[in-house]
Amino acid sequence: MSMIKRFKLSFSKMFNKLFKKKGACIGIYGPPNAGKTTLSNRILKDWAGSEETMGSVSHIAHETRHAKRRNGITIETNGHTISLDIVDTPGLATKIDFHDFMEQGMSDVESKKRSKEATEGVIEAVKWLDDLDGVILVMDSTENPYTQVNVTVIGNMEARNLPLLIVANKIDLPNADPGVIKEAFPQHPLVPVSALEGVGMDSFYEALAKQFG
Amino acid sequence: MQGIQLDLISEARISQMASMEKVRYIIDEVRKGKILVLEKGLNPMEEAKLIEMTMSAIQPDVFSGIEMQSYPSNTDASLLGKLFKKQSNKRLTVIGPANQLKTLKKDRNLISALVSASK
Repeated sequence: MSMIKRFKLSFSKMFNKLFKKKGACIGIYGPPNAGKTTLSNRILKDWAGSEETMGSVSHIAHETRHAKRRNGITIETNGHTISLDIVDTPGLATKIDFHDFMEQGMSDVESKKRSKEATEGVIEAVKWLDDLDGVILVMDSTENPYTQVNVTVIGNMEARNLPLLIVANKIDLPNADPGVIKEAFPQHPLVPVSALEGVGMDSFYEALAKQFG
Repeated sequence: MQGIQLDLISEARISQMASMEKVRYIIDEVRKGKILVLEKGLNPMEEAKLIEMTMSAIQPDVFSGIEMQSYPSNTDASLLGKLFKKQSNKRLTVIGPANQLKTLKKDRNLISALVSASK
């Protein structure tokens, strides 16, 4: 191989290493029971091409107690292809009382164990904020959006100047009102969906590509 | 006289503290059963740190965490605001023990809360 060819090859490798666009790492955040894992599972169902799931879902809060990452999810929408790493995070909260789990029928021992794991999960979710390229903030469209968790996550993204996409989930429920969420946080893009029913997902993927692609 | 101590903390007092000092101070005071009202709240990173440290402090039957409410930021959504990314202003924040402070209603400009003497 000639000197010039070798130079060209090594320069090309160096250029690719420096400028090749890697898939952004996007965290899925929100309060407990907003539907973060349901959305993650829906994304995998639509694009991973297998029966793979991110985690189990439950009506009892703090079902997800460890962050789970899935690398290299390729999404094609409107002629664009993006590759993302998705991190499904435990629900953020400022309080965790084991009595709440006991009210759901869990034993004292189980409740205390779940409570301890849930606190560790919240810490993990907060720490992940330092390592993300953007956030999908999942809110329950039937709930008041002005929760501290929502305010804190949005504040952190704004302070870090990182992109944010709000997902107004559970629009299949009769009392859902995504307009209230839009009114609360008008400065950020919002997509109404039902991750459970798969409603609004095309618009969600378009918004995803626009925000993080 | 029995009651609940309510501390209204000025911006001047809280701004003298480093971030970790603020977070430690808030957790220590709230664990004593006090309700704190910060004239100008914490920045978003400090709020996240407070959540993280609160989780570490939770103990069954002793401390179940905090109730914290602050207003959403006043970010300017106009074209000029987006272009110049004006730093959002910190706003009033109320923090108390989760078993004694309950938020009744919250919107962009109102926080309505119930303070209970019984734990």
